[in-house]
Amino acid sequence: MTLLELRGLRKEYGGRIGQAATVAVDGVSLAVAEGETLALVGESGSGKTTLVRLLLRLTEPTAGQVLFDGGDLAGLTPARLRAVRREMQVVLQDPYSSMNPRMRVTDIVAEPLVTHDPAVRGRARRPGLRERVGGLLEAVGLPAAVQDRYPHEFSGGQRQRISIARALALEPRLLVLDEPTSALDVSVQAQVLDLLAELQRRRGLTYVFVSHNLAVVRAVADRVAVMRHGRIVEIGPAAQVFDAPGHAYTRALLDAVPDPDPRRARRRKAG
Amino acid sequence: MTAPTPTTDPTPPAARGIPSGVRAVLRNRLALAAMAVLAAMALAGLFAPLVAPHDPNAQDLLARLRPPAWLDGGAPGHLLGTDQLGRDLLSRLVYGARVSLLVGLSAALLAGVIGAVVGLVSGFLGGWPDRVLMRLADIQLAFPSILLALAIVGFVGSGLWTVILVLGGTGWVAYARVVRSEVLSLRTRDFVTEARAIGAGDLAIMRRHLLPNVMAPLATIGTLQVAAAIVAEASLSYLGLGVPKEIVTWGAMLSDGQLYLGTSWWIAVFPGLALMCTALAINVTGDVLRDVADPKAYRR
Ligand SMILES: Nc1ncnc2c1ncn2[C@@H]1O[C@H](COP(=O)(O)OP(=O)(O)OP(=O)(O)O)[C@@H](O)[C@H]1O
Ligand SMILES: [Mg+2]
Repeated sequence: MTLLELRGLRKEYGGRIGQAATVAVDGVSLAVAEGETLALVGESGSGKTTLVRLLLRLTEPTAGQVLFDGGDLAGLTPARLRAVRREMQVVLQDPYSSMNPRMRVTDIVAEPLVTHDPAVRGRARRPGLRERVGGLLEAVGLPAAVQDRYPHEFSGGQRQRISIARALALEPRLLVLDEPTSALDVSVQAQVLDLLAELQRRRGLTYVFVSHNLAVVRAVADRVAVMRHGRIVEIGPAAQVFDAPGHAYTRALLDAVPDPDPRRARRRKAG
Repeated sequence: MTAPTPTTDPTPPAARGIPSGVRAVLRNRLALAAMAVLAAMALAGLFAPLVAPHDPNAQDLLARLRPPAWLDGGAPGHLLGTDQLGRDLLSRLVYGARVSLLVGLSAALLAGVIGAVVGLVSGFLGGWPDRVLMRLADIQLAFPSILLALAIVGFVGSGLWTVILVLGGTGWVAYARVVRSEVLSLRTRDFVTEARAIGAGDLAIMRRHLLPNVMAPLATIGTLQVAAAIVAEASLSYLGLGVPKEIVTWGAMLSDGQLYLGTSWWIAVFPGLALMCTALAINVTGDVLRDVADPKAYRR
């Protein structure tokens, strides 16, 4: 079943009088099935983040449509759009700037709950809220007691976990991750990826996973979409894109990174 | 680890450490002094009836134009001397502190609230609200606020709250500009984007994410504005357009005293000194506050 569908999405920036517009996303159409992981790869500046912002409706597209669960996100009333936002959450690239430095972890993780459920606001509801936040933190492998700390007291990997805990607070159906592991070192990266895989098994989450780390993509993706200059030049099952890339650009991308799995590297060269 | 040799490290650690350490101590001493002055002013103003030796408006025509107690002809009962109507200068200074601090704090607070709201809305929403508000700010700046204050006081009539409203209503531009520029950089930060993705509304984002992050610069400007408002009130009172005559203010004292500067200098000099010390102390405190709020600048 299709959860998310993009139809002819286009985004131009600038383009005032006498200036050519930058086309950041140029006619992207794709569909993401419920429960799958779609990876979005491509060089820096190829439009991945812009596409993420478009599909989350954080930016208005110049043209095209975003359909979530069959409904067009354009033209929704603010209240309806908020209701849809409950179901699609995001974890952004930089764990250092994605948290308000003046908020405690409790309030950071509880923000989605408080935003969508006014009933949990207020001092009286505080104990219940703390309990829920504690449960979410434990789900991402952090002790519930870290709630009273501020973001700067955590390492990059821990912050990333906090971001994921926050994104999971509303039990969304779609989780969009923009380079969720690029700021992490390799061992922490592996922990975060394991966590994501486990959550997907348990809750049937759908992921849109942006990365230029092809080793990571290989490990998590069911399907891979390759972006270049705002367009999708190749899309297909991960094994196919990695082992038999159909587009010259994809081959160049793959050759540009050392393959962490020597067996597959050999296979690819051989095949 | 071995001690650094002069050839590899020309500056020994001690020589590198001392200047910044001395500066830090000096800074703190100055800050301590400034805060002590402010505390003394505040306490004196707050407990004026207990601190002041005389009724500030009580005239004693037999003891007119007495110099301070330590000079020839000074009376022991009037430590800082008396004015042309025989009123005790020390008592008047103490009561004046009350008005100055009340006006300074209230006006700065009012201006701060207006400025913060304008800066938040302008910086966060952008577009036409931004253009309209910033145009207003330009107009406000182009018009000397003391002139505007004069016009309004002249029109509405003088009074303590009129002065506070006028000074508060004209002092918001500095806050608004700084808050706006802070917000312009804050609003592209990932935590604001995420809040929006979560579904938080504009108001919630401003209150939860933007306002707490602009409090430090707000407080810094606030101190400067307190000093500015105190001086502005004194100027208005000096011109006779501040608060009614029965309320003692430093500005009115200055204005009374200028006629007697040649013969009885103390009438004008003491309120002048009080005004200067207060403004200076507030500014020093504000400086230190800024350094503390910006850890990078503090360590330098
Ligand atoms: N707000 C903006 N205003 C103008 N141009 C923009 C804006 N955002 C993105 N662009 C342009 O759109 C293009 C795509 O940018 P985008 O951030 O989507 O790339 P990306 O694939 O996410 O890159 P990276 O891998 O470095 O994160 C770039 O050329 C960029 O300069
Ligand atoms: Mg990006």
